[in-house]
Amino acid sequence: MTLDEIFPRVKTQLVDALGADEDDVKLTSRLQADLNAESIDFLDIVFRLEREFGLKIDRNELFPESIFQGDPKLIQNGVLTTEGLNELRTKMPYADIAKFEQNPKFEMIGDLFTVELITKYIQSKLK
Amino acid sequence: MRWVWIDRFTAFEPGKSATATKCLSHAEDHFAEHFPGFPVMPAPLILEGLAQTGGILVGEANQFREKVVLAKIPFAKFTGEAMAGEQLTYKTDILDLKKEGAVVRGTVHCGTRLIAEAEIFFAHLDHSRSAQVFGDQNFVFSGELQHLLGLAKLAAAQTPQLPAASES
Repeated sequence: MTLDEIFPRVKTQLVDALGADEDDVKLTSRLQADLNAESIDFLDIVFRLEREFGLKIDRNELFPESIFQGDPKLIQNGVLTTEGLNELRTKMPYADIAKFEQNPKFEMIGDLFTVELITKYIQSKLK
Repeated sequence: MRWVWIDRFTAFEPGKSATATKCLSHAEDHFAEHFPGFPVMPAPLILEGLAQTGGILVGEANQFREKVVLAKIPFAKFTGEAMAGEQLTYKTDILDLKKEGAVVRGTVHCGTRLIAEAEIFFAHLDHSRSAQVFGDQNFVFSGELQHLLGLAKLAAAQTPQLPAASES
C-alpha cells in the first residue's frame, strides 16, 4: 500500500481523535505543536489505527516514551550526542530527523512525531 | 449529593455491553438551578451517567483489578433534553478493550427518544505510577460505586447469555 493510500485513512483517524480540522492535517503536521495532541491522545490514536488497519501496534514502538532515560552518553546539557542521534535513528526509523539533527535539543524531540511518521510506520506494518 | 447517576442495571453482558436506567426526580438538587422554571438535566450529568455505566462495564471486564479512569470523550452529541419525571436509559458497548484502556460507545434515551450519544475513552492507570500515588487501594471502584457493582452483578445474572459461537 502506498503512502498516498494510507494517508487519507490516517488523516480521518487523527481528525476524529484530535478534533482537528481536516485541512490542518498534513503529512508535515506535528501532532503536539500543530494538532494540539496531549499525552492521552497518543493512546487514543494507537487504538484507532489498530481498528482502522487491523494491526497490532506497540505504543512504545510508534511513540517511544523514554528513549534516553538521562543516559549521559546519549544526552548532555539537554542536547543529543552523536551516539544519542544514532539511538534515535534506531528507535524511530520512520522519523525525519534531518532538520532536528541540525539543533538536536532534547526538548524539541516532540516535533519528530508527525503525521508522516505515523503514515510511514503503518506502511511498514502492512508489508 | 451522592455522585451516582445510575439507579439500576437492566442488562449486563460482561466484556460486551451494559444497560442501565436512571429515573429523574424533581427533588434532585441540579433541577433547582438548571433551570428555574424549566427543569432539565444538565448535559454533563447525563454524560456522567453514561460514563458510569460504561466505566463499570470496563472495570468488570478485568474483575475490577484495574483503576479505570475517564480519560477522554472524543465524541458527544446531544439531541434532546430530559426533564424531571422522565427515565433515562444508558446503553453502552465496548468497542475496544486492551491492557492500556478501553473505548466505549453509548447512547442515552429518554423514554424512546434518543437524546445523546457519545464515545468514551477509559484508561487503566499505569500500575507502577498509580501505586506510588494512591497505594494499592482501588479508589475507583470503592465507596458509593460498590453499591452499583452489586446491581451490575444482579443484572448480569438476569441477562440471557448468547450461545457461544461454534468453532469452525
